Amino acid sequence: MYAQMVKATGKGVKTREQMDENERHFQDRIDNDIKIEAKDWMPEGYRKTLKRQISQHAHSEIVGQLPEGNWITRAPTLERKTILLAKVQDEAGHGLYLYCAAETLGISRDEMTEQLLSGKAKYSSIFNYPTLTWADMGAIGWLVDGAAIMNQVPLQYCSYGPYARAMVRICKEESFHQRQGFDIMNVLAKGSEAQKAMAQDALNRWWWPALMMFGPSDADSVHSAQSFAWNIKQNSNDELRQKFVDQTVPQAEFLGLNVPDSDLKWNDKKNGYDFGAINWDEFFAVIAGDGPCNKERLGARQKAWNDGAWFREALIVNAEKRAACKQAAE
Amino acid sequence: MSQKNEWPLWEIFVRGQHGLAHRHVGSLHAADAEMALNNARDVYTRRNEGLSIWCVPAAAITASAPSEKGPLFEPSNSKVYRHPTFYDIPKEIGNM
Repeated sequence: MYAQMVKATGKGVKTREQMDENERHFQDRIDNDIKIEAKDWMPEGYRKTLKRQISQHAHSEIVGQLPEGNWITRAPTLERKTILLAKVQDEAGHGLYLYCAAETLGISRDEMTEQLLSGKAKYSSIFNYPTLTWADMGAIGWLVDGAAIMNQVPLQYCSYGPYARAMVRICKEESFHQRQGFDIMNVLAKGSEAQKAMAQDALNRWWWPALMMFGPSDADSVHSAQSFAWNIKQNSNDELRQKFVDQTVPQAEFLGLNVPDSDLKWNDKKNGYDFGAINWDEFFAVIAGDGPCNKERLGARQKAWNDGAWFREALIVNAEKRAACKQAAE
Repeated sequence: MSQKNEWPLWEIFVRGQHGLAHRHVGSLHAADAEMALNNARDVYTRRNEGLSIWCVPAAAITASAPSEKGPLFEPSNSKVYRHPTFYDIPKEIGNM
């Protein structure tokens, strides 16, 4: 998802007998759906895991602006341009809500930025694919934001208060993102042959990376048990992926587009679709930094950070100077 | 990327349309109060959420500690007579 493969620290889930008094009290609160707040006692592993998870999520929102920012100046109409601008602005906002939530755990904004720019912190694999045509703006909104919503809706009820509250705001805004994407696809799919082909090509390129967003198969997901126990993960990767396929295939059919999977078939028994094998080698390569755009994305963030250094410093100096003037005048 | 140059943290409160009090909506970083207001407008009121914004330096907030929860809040648990539902009003009286 936006935070794929978050390593939970600790060695497996402790039984109640293995927990000390603080840990037992903490687990009781979680089991009773009482939110954990920033100043409450929490196990170090919970704090560390959440720092990773929330900062990865935030980084994904920030890096996620780049593939779409690519098309702002070339949107086909003024209306599409204003919509895309608003959407990319929302992504920046989502990143900021999440950075603030992570900061409550005792990590500074600059530390998180440093971890992103050095490559130490990850962000979602999906943003390392290029946006080649206007139809990619449709496919991203429809598929990528659609997949994100599946994961983010349950996170509104996660155990950590600041994270849950950030997710409430994000989910309210996310629905616009998915719908504007579907609308782009719908217009193209009903357009000329060339436009329809462009929509199909975008679906072909984004389908599999979208399925990979949910992260490795449960069988290979080693950190889930602890995150489930802490209620910072509520659904398994495979469960959400299945839900996404079941929801999206009929939408593709409505558009008259073909899902690029020859193994895709309705399965009456499980009341869902069977689908083909995912290329996990590709996923792990992209996560490790070898995707088509990893270097470009990180390069853009590094450039923005370095080019903005004088500006950040100037504003601090200006603020100090003005505060000193004000004090002198009093 | 030195820590001392990090912009300070501000807590943001927004009053919505319906006459309710300012409500905490989140936080952000800004070099000074003016910039905090501008950023709060962009980050927290993109969809007509507010008519007024307060920005407070996070360092200026005094908060109760989680460990004080007991002494601070438990005494009110036993004072059920402070709630209207504590009193039985005869049916004949109707709404009160």
